[in-house]
Amino acid sequence: MSTQLPEQADEESSAAEVEPTSQARERRLQKKRERAEEAERQAEKAEKALDDEDTYHLKVFRYDPEIAGKKEPRFDDFHVPFEKGMTVLDALMYARDTYDSSLTFRHSCRQAICGSDAMFVNGKQRLCCKTQLSDLEEPVRIEPLPHAEVVKDLVVDMEHFYDQMEAVEPYFQTNDLPEGELEEQKQSRENREKVKMSTRCIWCGACMSSCNIAAGDNEYLGPAALNKAYRFTMDEREGEDMKQQRLEILEQEHGVWRCQTQFSCTEVCPKDIPLTEHIQELKREAVKNNLKFW
Amino acid sequence: MSQSYNRGLIEDFGRWREFSAGMWAWVFHKFTGWVLVGYLFTHIAVLSTALTSPEAYTTTIQSLESLLVVRLLEVGLLAVAVFHILNGLRLLFVDLGIGLESQDKSFYASLLLTGAIVIASVPTFLAGVFG
Repeated sequence: MSTQLPEQADEESSAAEVEPTSQARERRLQKKRERAEEAERQAEKAEKALDDEDTYHLKVFRYDPEIAGKKEPRFDDFHVPFEKGMTVLDALMYARDTYDSSLTFRHSCRQAICGSDAMFVNGKQRLCCKTQLSDLEEPVRIEPLPHAEVVKDLVVDMEHFYDQMEAVEPYFQTNDLPEGELEEQKQSRENREKVKMSTRCIWCGACMSSCNIAAGDNEYLGPAALNKAYRFTMDEREGEDMKQQRLEILEQEHGVWRCQTQFSCTEVCPKDIPLTEHIQELKREAVKNNLKFW
Repeated sequence: MSQSYNRGLIEDFGRWREFSAGMWAWVFHKFTGWVLVGYLFTHIAVLSTALTSPEAYTTTIQSLESLLVVRLLEVGLLAVAVFHILNGLRLLFVDLGIGLESQDKSFYASLLLTGAIVIASVPTFLAGVFG
């Protein structure tokens, strides 16, 4: 059972309020208490029933700066009944809905598109909605992304990650527009194939969190931002001068050169983007851009 | 957000059990690199005894080679150098963008090859120490 620290405070305050009340209020409070007890009983029953069933043991990182008793980070245990095809996100949602409604984590689409639920599961950055419980060893240890500040429970502050993403100007810009006003800007099939994988990024931040260079160097753009830069630098429709401008951002001290090819980002990317390969290619572009033989 | 919690470097060396091949390659490459830099200093120190006289150099090298520790360290030095060379080749291919999908296999291959070469070198390096 999860900890329910704030409940105590609730009871105290309600007891203080009871004194000057009418009977109706008394009744209402009584009902409220009964409901709370009922919920408690049900949760306990659910937990007891699980003992024989096929359950998964989750150890979840908890931290809440706003409540005095939860300021010290700790791990909570949850036992979640297993269903075939259950993902780590499903298990977390079950734990939240059944045991502890204060368990906080980001999630939205549940199908690896929105990129909100990247977490540190059993020592690896994974997208929770894309990770099958059955692939993991018990207890399943769920922590917020490393190398980011924890806001609450499994929620980390993504501000720095977004800043780095924005720094590479992650949008299409070009100076050579086609002649006619309604003409399309066509991309060749080959060029599309070249940037295809890099367009798959969902901004989940798993790569940035896995990179131990990015952990030690806050100015380093990081794999996600460099991949984003690759997507546009390699896009032929942007034209030469735009490519030049992009390379100038990338070949700075904390740009591509900080990558030391540990392959951690490539390893954890839930969308299987060959991040290291892209960064290496950008390094070669940067060298070619600066080599002059006259 | 009133407050946030900084857990510091979570993935430090305490998590070495979870390192992937690429990470190990990086760690070993750094380590062997520093060992080789360190060796350069001893190497220069020993060679510079030849500045005083050829005999001084001969006696220095002979007395060093008669020590078992030095012989063992030489085996270690070979291991470090061979790994650094082989992994350096691997990194060269990584830089050229060739075969990045098999970077973990090439790391294991360089480890195995290092092991084989070092084992093969043992008779040569330790010849006569025990005799």
